[in-house]
Amino acid sequence: MSSPAFDNRPAESQSPEAQALRDLVATMGSPKLPHKIVVICLSLLAAWGLSCYVYQLFNGLAVTAMNNYFSWGIYIVNFVFFIGISMAGTLISAMLRLTGAEWRRPITRLAEGITLFALVIAGPMIIIDMGRPDRFLYVLLHGRLQSPILWDVLSLNTYLAGSMLYLYLPMIPDLALLRDQPHFSKWRHILYRTLALGWKNTPAQHHRLERAISVMAVVIIPVAVSIHTVTAWIFGMTLRPGWHSSIIGPDFVVGALYSGIAAVIIAMALFRKFFGLGAYITLEHFRKLGLLLLVVGLAYLYFTVNNFIGSVYVSSVEESPLLASLFTGDFARQFWVMIVLGMLIPCLMLVLPWTRNIGGIVTASVFVNIGMWIMRFIIVVPTLSSPFVPPPSKVHLAYFPTIVEWSITVGAFAGFTLLYILFSKVFPIISIWEIAPAAPTQPIPPAGREQP
Amino acid sequence: MGQPTTAPTAKADGPTTAALTADGRILQVPAASATHMPPAADPTGRAGIPGRRWVMVIDLAKCDGCGKCTEACGKMHFIPPDRYWLPVLVLRDAQSEAPYFFPRPCFHCDVPPCTKVCPVNATYKTQDGTVLIDNDRCIGCRFCMAACPYGARSFNWGPPHDPPQALERGYSPEWGFPRRIGTVEKCDFCPDHAAAGHLPACSSGCPMNAIYFGDQNEDAVTSSSGETLQLSKLLRDRAGYRHLESLGTEPRVYYLPPVHRQYPAPDEQKAKEKAT
Repeated sequence: MSSPAFDNRPAESQSPEAQALRDLVATMGSPKLPHKIVVICLSLLAAWGLSCYVYQLFNGLAVTAMNNYFSWGIYIVNFVFFIGISMAGTLISAMLRLTGAEWRRPITRLAEGITLFALVIAGPMIIIDMGRPDRFLYVLLHGRLQSPILWDVLSLNTYLAGSMLYLYLPMIPDLALLRDQPHFSKWRHILYRTLALGWKNTPAQHHRLERAISVMAVVIIPVAVSIHTVTAWIFGMTLRPGWHSSIIGPDFVVGALYSGIAAVIIAMALFRKFFGLGAYITLEHFRKLGLLLLVVGLAYLYFTVNNFIGSVYVSSVEESPLLASLFTGDFARQFWVMIVLGMLIPCLMLVLPWTRNIGGIVTASVFVNIGMWIMRFIIVVPTLSSPFVPPPSKVHLAYFPTIVEWSITVGAFAGFTLLYILFSKVFPIISIWEIAPAAPTQPIPPAGREQP
Repeated sequence: MGQPTTAPTAKADGPTTAALTADGRILQVPAASATHMPPAADPTGRAGIPGRRWVMVIDLAKCDGCGKCTEACGKMHFIPPDRYWLPVLVLRDAQSEAPYFFPRPCFHCDVPPCTKVCPVNATYKTQDGTVLIDNDRCIGCRFCMAACPYGARSFNWGPPHDPPQALERGYSPEWGFPRRIGTVEKCDFCPDHAAAGHLPACSSGCPMNAIYFGDQNEDAVTSSSGETLQLSKLLRDRAGYRHLESLGTEPRVYYLPPVHRQYPAPDEQKAKEKAT
């Protein structure tokens, strides 16, 4: 891949590089009042979630609605959900890179950011779910490699490190550009200078960087597949109906692609609107990703049908109570909302011409991610409601998450958004040096205007 | 239950005693050379008792669902009211079949799905076949609870409220108390009782003599009345089975089917209660 050998100094000319640099630096300035309010609200929500966790630390998991039958709840649901959307970055920046889809350039960094911060939130979700977070290091001290939890710990940390590296490497030329900007505050200068690692934009440096990025692109894909597969195997390695299935690994990978793409589309829409990046994130991007979302959505629908049809057809003693609770029983509402709102409606919206605009595609993506959170709930919780051996008659099987659990969940989502916003305020959310070559093909309107 | 010994057959001068070797031979050894088992298996609670393979047989034909086993177990282990180590369930295999009472301890499987998934080796199998939990090791991930198909495991969701006697005794995985918050617990086959040559609390507490306990190596099980039967013959004659054999977990708890019952079945009991 050729790279632009442009001048590193702030250019006075109207070259596309300079324009991109100006536009992106503009997004990193001090926020406007409504944006500040959003950040404050998110901080308050995250702080509320954190204080609820402190409350849980002092009182134990008794403050949750989990019990000896529903031994896992929405903390695990959140974990699986965030792991799922972490697929975003790898798909956009590695898979599309390897397939030579050049249109991906303006959205690689925002996708990779989703990956990083989703993992940063997913990891602690497991600690929040632990009865003894104080013994977390036992996993390293006394770890048993035979346990799928160890597989997940290893895979998650590898993916976290890989994603961080893969976010950072392509950012080095941009960091050098920012380093050379005169009007930044002192701490930013120090930060950019340190992180730019003495980048001088020489052909040799470019060559090395390109090679490093190419290697990472190849390496990160199996790691990403492993994290979703291994997370699925935590469930798959048990003797539980609904979990112990051969399709659960691939099912999680496809589900992760589905929610990951939807997350990228939502992020694209938000940055386009609030950062005025309409010149870079265009309808074209939404249409292409929408198409990808449709394909993956249909694949996921197909997997979901495969998940159930065999059990329905043979009506085995083990699976039947679970299926009954999903189709018509305690979890029917969630199940059908997931199928209709999370799969059928979004796929239909992505097919029909009059909803294949930015509004329609973004709405479909929001539905997809609401549906996918419910789907994670459908995977984790109902299986626990149909044990092989029935509970004692006095025990009533039910799980309604408590305020503490909901607060921590809301706090996690707020924390994720907050980290993401802070990131976008410190680093350019679009890769400046990578989009520059593509920029001349598109007219650059004033920032903030939509350009459908 | 006899005492195992490591002493070889010697020319006996003085009283002799019968001893079973690990490979199943019965030897006459000098009584003086027979060593007695220590009362507690080992301080870590991880080793178990050498030479033993504990096994339980529950005679469903004798069980009248009185719940005395649950009670005795609860007393012995100071079990809080929100959980059972040994509930007496009511099972019914088909609508046309009669319901029956089903005491459900931990099955101490030989292929335990719970110990397989434990990330920190907090739950493990000892050499005498019992599956125990080290509550000082458990990180509270509850993967073992998800993995156990029998729902045998409970969790200390909140701060435990153990009575003074429990605190006094000190902790060992062999009895599982004083409880630790945020850790998993379950039926442990009362290894401290077994080490002392006593039946588990549930077995000795059963007024129906329905719960037999013993050593598979000795091929003998004993009930609360002291009745000792040959395990292999009992299972053969009474069509003994293990619950959900198809799961492949190889439980160490056998059931004798509820045939020729000596008590009113659960539905008959209910009808009687309604009538009175």
